[in-house]
Amino acid sequence: MTQRFSARVLVAVVAVAGLLLSACTTSGSPGANGSANGNGKAAQTTLSVGATASPSTLDPTINNAAAIPQVVLYNVYETLVKLDAEGQLKPLLAQRWDVSADNKTYTFNLDPAARFASGRAVAAKDVVWSFERIKNSDTTTSAVKGQMGPVDTVRAVDDKTVEVVLKNPSNLWLFDMSSTAGIILDSETTADLANSTAGSGPFQLKDWIPNSSVTLEKNPNYWGTPARFNEVTFRYFTDPNAMNAAMLAGDLDIISNLQAPAALPQFSDTNRFKVVEGTTNGEIVLSMNGRSEGLKDVRVRQAIRHAIDKKALRDTVWAGKGELIGSMAPPTDPWFEDRTGDFPFDQDKARALLAEAGVQNLRLRLRVPTLPYATASAQFIQSQLREVGIEAEIDQLEFPARWLEVVHTNADYDMSIVSHVEARDFVRFANPDYYFHYDSEEFRRLVAEADAGPADQQAPKLKEALALLSRDAAADWLFLLPNLVITKPNITGVAQNANTLSFDLTTIAAG
Amino acid sequence: MGLAKWILRRLAIFFVSLALASVLIFGVGELLPGDLATVILGDGATPEALQRLREQLGLDRPGVVRYFEWVGGMLTGDFGTSLLSRRPVAEQILMKFPVTFWLVVLGMLVALILAVPVGMVAAIRRRHADGFAASALSQVGLAIPAFWAGIIGIYLFAVQLRLLPANGYVPLTSSPLQWLRHLVLPVIALAIVQAAVIARYVRSAIIEVLTEDYYRTARAIGWRQFPALIRHGLRNASLSVVTVLGLQFSTLFVGAIVIESVFTMPGLGTMLLQAVSQRDMIVVQGTVMLLVFIVLVINALVDLSYVVLDPRLRSREAS
Repeated sequence: MTQRFSARVLVAVVAVAGLLLSACTTSGSPGANGSANGNGKAAQTTLSVGATASPSTLDPTINNAAAIPQVVLYNVYETLVKLDAEGQLKPLLAQRWDVSADNKTYTFNLDPAARFASGRAVAAKDVVWSFERIKNSDTTTSAVKGQMGPVDTVRAVDDKTVEVVLKNPSNLWLFDMSSTAGIILDSETTADLANSTAGSGPFQLKDWIPNSSVTLEKNPNYWGTPARFNEVTFRYFTDPNAMNAAMLAGDLDIISNLQAPAALPQFSDTNRFKVVEGTTNGEIVLSMNGRSEGLKDVRVRQAIRHAIDKKALRDTVWAGKGELIGSMAPPTDPWFEDRTGDFPFDQDKARALLAEAGVQNLRLRLRVPTLPYATASAQFIQSQLREVGIEAEIDQLEFPARWLEVVHTNADYDMSIVSHVEARDFVRFANPDYYFHYDSEEFRRLVAEADAGPADQQAPKLKEALALLSRDAAADWLFLLPNLVITKPNITGVAQNANTLSFDLTTIAAG
Repeated sequence: MGLAKWILRRLAIFFVSLALASVLIFGVGELLPGDLATVILGDGATPEALQRLREQLGLDRPGVVRYFEWVGGMLTGDFGTSLLSRRPVAEQILMKFPVTFWLVVLGMLVALILAVPVGMVAAIRRRHADGFAASALSQVGLAIPAFWAGIIGIYLFAVQLRLLPANGYVPLTSSPLQWLRHLVLPVIALAIVQAAVIARYVRSAIIEVLTEDYYRTARAIGWRQFPALIRHGLRNASLSVVTVLGLQFSTLFVGAIVIESVFTMPGLGTMLLQAVSQRDMIVVQGTVMLLVFIVLVINALVDLSYVVLDPRLRSREAS
């Protein structure tokens, strides 16, 4: 009797398991993206991209998070000028532009073909509206407000011509207009821009599940080269391992940026994966609070730069990926210079500098965000600083909320580690109130001169400024975050270097 | 009459608990360091801009005022608007709820399907090898954390065999098949621990029934073991099992939060974790309040089921 009962239980269990498994084997194509890789012939019309941070709003001018322009810049919204892969400004909505002799008046001629997704032609009044929205609205972020800061007036000369007058000449301004501050919105839209889109790009919003995914669809009214995909879904993963698993399982076409380089060997099968390696704008800065008592003496800061072996650090915490830079500029900027030679790894020199400064038993608070590269680097730095007699106490602060409050807003720290991902963010060091609290009259003068002077003087001046920043040991630059993109082998056109905030879909194709 | 009085008292307890929970949840939100304005403006924000935004978001007003606005709103179904995404919280919860709901409901169902037979075998055959094996199995199940089972599941069935998706979710309405495929691994991972817990209770409940006089009588007059158990023992055994189920529902919600993040599913759990790290407190508070509400309702239903299943309790409780 009992035997028969156990047998019946077994049958039930097997039946349930069978039911569950049958669901798995009926579908041949993995994932829900409908890719036709299995049979190879049919053209792939959808794309599934894995990314890390998810946007909390779709309007990049009201929230500073990089996740927003990653999706919308160049894909959904367009700018007057666009930064290409070589770091050159190219026409986009503006067919051409003229700059007055005093470098203060810019005249943009809009492309007559340009149209918004609504079908309406892009007009001069849209540019005026978009620029003034940033200047006058209370809800736009200080970052975009700052980039729009040099603008004195913007007016429509005629339907297709816009004239912008700057308060002072600024070489950086036009460059900034190629990013979020320069986005041109449809001024006649009634849509809520935090939750929907009204742009002129090749894609428009289809569906958005907060914290989970954003799906873009082809804009049927697009005025330029039509989008190559009917649908592109950005899927968000807080856990890098989960993203890697999705790629390995065939659910994703692209990992937009691999967060754990140690996982690279998982993608070594060239029949299934392709790896694109390049640079980003993300300088991982070991900041040194200029108002911190222990760090006021330049020799102490220089000693810290000598004491840390950046190459070994990168090999340990980021699997040897990422460039060593030595100052606040990535190699894709025209004024980049390798400044790693300023402070070669030399712990004797570090000890000598500390002795010269009369510093003994220095204790510093190393307050880092809970981000993988930051916590791993902190451990490494702690052990190297200990060798030269500096005790770094590590505090881990939850990111973003706690870190932003403690380190960024209150500057209650001695050293911190965070990657600064915005393009040309060396200007941050020119603001003595910024959390670095680096206060150098000369640096500010050089940056201002580079910006206001003739365009051909910009790069030489900035080289000078960045050399000063390095010698002054305003911070230490650990390494530049690498751009590591994993794709299926049939995907082409992924930019090698991520030199803008956009994950630019316009160049990507699936063969 | 006794029943009506009992229900009234139970309702009073329910509402007092709910009110206490709301104070606690709001209070914790107030005490948590870090603020939303900083998160929104991010890197490069000036203190003046932060202050302006705080005023605009109404974060500078006294906590008591905001508490009563919040509670008042919830009573009319208005959970407020997320200051970060500028979307109504109720809308976000409605969007995310199905994921968590299916995880919990299917998790419980699969746990029961696994636990009842295993528990019964472990009880009836407790002096035999197979019964011992069933007991051991439930011990092992207890020791496996859900997230670990999830990771192993992903590795085996998604990465190696490529039979199932590694993570994500597809709504039932858009494709029932994809919906099921996305739920198989997380539900099983979630159900294993639950099944182990429930199986142990089933086992001891059945063992108790086996030693009761009425069961021995039934067997003596010629009933076979299984029908005798079903006919006479199940109602008695179910009492203690129902208690456990009630308790397990709350742990299932907690487990679902973990599982959602292992499998990157867009449910209440992932929403909650992100909202906490971004200090979007109104979302955190609304979601936690809803979870507390659900757990309290389930507990009340468990209590009610006692009364229904065992009339003796009713008179004792009411007196």
